Amino acid sequence: MNLLIKGGRVVDPASGRDEVGDVFVSDGHVVESFREKPQKTIDAKGLVVAPGLIDLSARLREPGYEYKATLESEMDAAVAGGVTSLACPPDTDPPLDEPGLVDMLRRRAKALARARVYPVGALTVKLAGERLTEMAELAEAGCVAFSQANAPVANTQVLWHAMQYAATFGFPVWLRAEDRSLAHGGVAHDGEVATRLGLPGIPAFAETIALGTLLQLVRATGSRVHVCRLSTAVAVEMIRAAKKEGLPVSCDVGIHHVHLSEMDLGYYDSHCRLEPPLRSQRDREALAAGLADGTVDCAVSDHTPVDEDQKQMPFAEAEPGATGLELLLPLMLKWGAQKKLPLAKALAPVTSGAARILGVQSGRIEAGAPADLVLFDAGQSWRVAPEMLRSQGKNTPFLGYELAGRVRTTIVAGNVVYEHP
Amino acid sequence: MPGNPQLNANGELQHLLSIEGLPREILTQILDTAEPFAGVTEREVKKVPLLRGKSVFNLFFEASTRTRTTFEIAAKRLSADVINLNVSVSSQSKGESLLDTVANLSAMQADVFVVRHGSSGAPYLIARHVKPHEHVINAGDGRHAHPTQGLLDLYTIRHYKKDFTRLTVAIVGDVLHSRVARSLIHGLTTLGVPEVRVIGPQTLLPAGVESLGVHVFHDMRAGLKDCDVVVMLRLQNERMNGALLPSAQEYFKHYGLTAAKLALAKPDAIVMHPGPMNRGIEIDSSVADGPHSVILPQVTFGIAVRMAVMSIVAGN
Repeated sequence: MNLLIKGGRVVDPASGRDEVGDVFVSDGHVVESFREKPQKTIDAKGLVVAPGLIDLSARLREPGYEYKATLESEMDAAVAGGVTSLACPPDTDPPLDEPGLVDMLRRRAKALARARVYPVGALTVKLAGERLTEMAELAEAGCVAFSQANAPVANTQVLWHAMQYAATFGFPVWLRAEDRSLAHGGVAHDGEVATRLGLPGIPAFAETIALGTLLQLVRATGSRVHVCRLSTAVAVEMIRAAKKEGLPVSCDVGIHHVHLSEMDLGYYDSHCRLEPPLRSQRDREALAAGLADGTVDCAVSDHTPVDEDQKQMPFAEAEPGATGLELLLPLMLKWGAQKKLPLAKALAPVTSGAARILGVQSGRIEAGAPADLVLFDAGQSWRVAPEMLRSQGKNTPFLGYELAGRVRTTIVAGNVVYEHP
Repeated sequence: MPGNPQLNANGELQHLLSIEGLPREILTQILDTAEPFAGVTEREVKKVPLLRGKSVFNLFFEASTRTRTTFEIAAKRLSADVINLNVSVSSQSKGESLLDTVANLSAMQADVFVVRHGSSGAPYLIARHVKPHEHVINAGDGRHAHPTQGLLDLYTIRHYKKDFTRLTVAIVGDVLHSRVARSLIHGLTTLGVPEVRVIGPQTLLPAGVESLGVHVFHDMRAGLKDCDVVVMLRLQNERMNGALLPSAQEYFKHYGLTAAKLALAKPDAIVMHPGPMNRGIEIDSSVADGPHSVILPQVTFGIAVRMAVMSIVAGN
């Protein structure tokens, strides 16, 4: 099928291109042009035409947590947010530690024909941090990387062996840097706000000590490590130095941590109960700056739908996480505007940057690339409200915020999978 | 951030959740209101009709005898009906959510909820969900706040020392886990105490405690020097032998209040303790029962202060 997207502002972060023009799509891919009359034409006048977003962390809650969200509701949310590819962490119930589960998830996702789903397999059985999973089998079933989600390996010897084993096959390992014993029992950044509110704290060095361990193990094993959800300024500095040294490391940051800090906890707003915790204003600024200078490779929604009952609890007892698939684009635009970045730069961490980590051809607009595209109105603002979100999770600290950037059309492999009603 | 959830649109006390964020005028109003009530407790007939026809629900998700009892006495002296609910052993064990429990009690026509909960911030959650005519009084939440204890401490200090603006106050012990300490610190700084000190080992002081406006001392002798008021905090049994402290003996040696250490404070210093006391661990018996101790008057004042708070938020 031939599709012509006409007269939009074409923004390609991979090349820096930003100009009004047409995009030609044929057989699911972007092409230079075609001679015949297009079977479908989309008028993109006044809209930005960009690569579809790639979100490296979105929980779909299947299998196991269908009462929080279903694959269908979250895939709807993804395309409504302009997300055309997403990687899902293995913390489902049961965790993604067996090829059968991964295979089923991929087939269910494929049948829904919305965003592309890239499962991230469990690094250890049941994420318990004790026995390695059959990584080669899992990779064959479709796992693109291996991770412990929010349950870092406590035993450093197991972590070392897991990284050795993954490196043997060249599998990337995606890990959060958090020392489990230092983080144990904590629910907020160990600082002024937690002290005032009487909340058990997680010190910043819970992250940097674990990151130090990870970097040493990268040196020892040569394992390719992507560090997930940095939350501290010191960790950004450590990654900057590690990259300079030439270590095969990359990292991401959750979009909430780019915009919010411990101050946003206010009077115990459980929507701000996140993993890792929101940290100081200084940390937030370092993360936002690191994303702009490329030290931080990409930003993720860390989408975690939580039902309202689990949030209407005292802060420490509330389930952590925030919904984010539908907020990722506007929050990236907001960050870009704050940093005064050109649009192509503002979108790079969720398109070309994320594609590089994932090792896929999407995330760019050029001949031969998959036609995964988003058309959005960059100027239209909307008020975040539960009824505006398709995700089953309405849990976001941004409720009531006025955000600019509304998705009009989302295209995956040349097919329109979402149109703004 | 939303406005202060404790105050109504006219800036009056709607709930008492924390001393932090309350203006000096409201703290003074509570202390002034408590003065005549302290007299009521001395009278033959100890009742006043300010809360006649009102229902006070004591909602304790965490065990407590002393605080619950003093709230009960205070409510009864105001002629309220008091219903005690020990929730920790009823609905919570059946899996009912906190808000469901509150909604059910609200349907039974409550006017005041006195809430104690193990989780910091729980009374804020309840206050956000009660009806406009219902009031929440925090009787202790996690490590966060115990505002009526803080107020009775302020009342005691004012009773013995009159003027807050010339005092040096030391708070000694486990500040990390103490809601009493946090409430008192906010009260003292709001009322203009120029020097508030916290004394304890690093393991028992929270991160960035200086940001609350206190001076930190690890050496108790240095910290007690020239103090007007010494507030001892209770050390929980489970914290005595572990990663925070090696032993009760070593703790007492360095942070227990003895007559010799107290001699470093001003000659007319008063000694306070929120109770229950661990004699021989944080305080020596000779000090607890000695001439500087105002620990028992604190309990008596506690009833007057709780009467004042309830009559201000819910009085006829």
